[in-house]
Amino acid sequence: MEELKQAIREYVIQEYLEEEDDREVTDDTPLISGGIVDSFSMVSLKRFLEKKYSIRIPDADASPEVFDSVDSIAALVARIRQG
Amino acid sequence: MAYATKVRDWYREELAGIREAGLFKEERFIHSPQGADISVEYPVGAEGRTVINLCANNYLGLSSHPEVIEAARKGLDARGYGMSSVRFICGTQDIHRRLERQLTEFLGTEDTLLFPSCMDANAGVFEAVLGEDDVMIADRLVHASIVDGMRLCKAMTDTYKHSDMRHLESKLQEHQDRRFRLIITDGVFSMDGDIAKLDEIVALAERYDAMVFVDDSHASGFIGRTGRGTHEHCDVLGKVDIITTTLGKALGGASGGCVSGRGELVEMCRQRARPYLFSNTVAPVIVSGAIKVIELISQSTERRDKLEENTRYWREGLTAMGLDLKAGESPIVPVMLYNAKLAQDMSRDLYEEGIYVVGFFFPVVAKGQARIRTQLSAAHDRSHLDKGLAAFEKVGAKYGILGKGKREIIEAFGM
Repeated sequence: MEELKQAIREYVIQEYLEEEDDREVTDDTPLISGGIVDSFSMVSLKRFLEKKYSIRIPDADASPEVFDSVDSIAALVARIRQG
Repeated sequence: MAYATKVRDWYREELAGIREAGLFKEERFIHSPQGADISVEYPVGAEGRTVINLCANNYLGLSSHPEVIEAARKGLDARGYGMSSVRFICGTQDIHRRLERQLTEFLGTEDTLLFPSCMDANAGVFEAVLGEDDVMIADRLVHASIVDGMRLCKAMTDTYKHSDMRHLESKLQEHQDRRFRLIITDGVFSMDGDIAKLDEIVALAERYDAMVFVDDSHASGFIGRTGRGTHEHCDVLGKVDIITTTLGKALGGASGGCVSGRGELVEMCRQRARPYLFSNTVAPVIVSGAIKVIELISQSTERRDKLEENTRYWREGLTAMGLDLKAGESPIVPVMLYNAKLAQDMSRDLYEEGIYVVGFFFPVVAKGQARIRTQLSAAHDRSHLDKGLAAFEKVGAKYGILGKGKREIIEAFGM
């Protein structure tokens, strides 16, 4: 689980933060409501997870609420991987 | 009563919260036509005073140009005040098509459709030309009206870091499975004043089979050697598929906007764009004035040349006194202050010195990026700019920020 969370954290920092942006991203940092990930860009994160873990995240599950923290995204991915 | 006390109280609290957060916007009443010198009543009830306007989008100084006013007046007499109709019922006059043809020629496109505003053009265009099999890939700093338009469209959305071509390329690669790809950018970005790398964007679009959309509202009429816009500046005339722009800034400053570009895409807007279908036609008086504007700027580059020279002089002056500017070459020149209160205090003091500028801070710009955005005009002459520079030097010295960089200003005032 920690490895999964770390992969999500790293992707969020590299994909969504500008170089000079030194905000910290922890497992419960609000990503969408905190203005780090905008709802338009969520698709990249969803596609990254689908590719890396060979899963398909149903659109209904990829809500801004679920994608609002590393914790809840990781829980979703873990649930889908377990089938 | 539906509007019960508890409902009223809720809104009052909400408004109080906006005020407490320092985000409450107030209008200042101007008692003169738009121009380099304007008569302003501020605060409300105060004696009017004449100040130099350094925050209008009146880039070419055509908002109150006598020939434009005369043309508008003649149009008012010849074609009336209003049309009381949307375009496709009984709201299209000969002059609407004439202006659309003029804009098409000026912008170097295939066809043009007028909208009540560029906000409306952006609200309608994406939904009219794209569907759920497509993807829109937007620069992260595009104008709010584009964001709203994208929300109304069923196509997939994605973004790339501001003007980051490597990031855009990776997105184009990622979305090769979509039917159509549309790259979306401002031509000149309104808050920073920087110009999109349109030559590189067009090259990527060709390589990865994408269309290109540019909102050139802060460019049409003056960016590029003959003022055609960002596509002329970047030497990609005829290669941008959709341009939206406004008549509300350099092109007379009244109101109205358009979608201009590939014939089929413009026709799709005529058939499907909801702000075109369900909003009133642009008033004849505005169309008549805009026709004169396009005539004037097609005949001579004198006004955009003067604007370019004013911009150079203004940038050099502010840089020489040690203010921290956003680099760029457009007539949008942001003086960076980083701290919201400092931006508000300095703009108030500048007003006292007879200079009308406005502080911008979150949520209009990112947190810690507060600034005073100055905007040049061809209506300014050297004496306006010299007075403006003297005022910035005096107020900058008062706050001790002359010669200070980002780090030092933040150390002294906080973010």
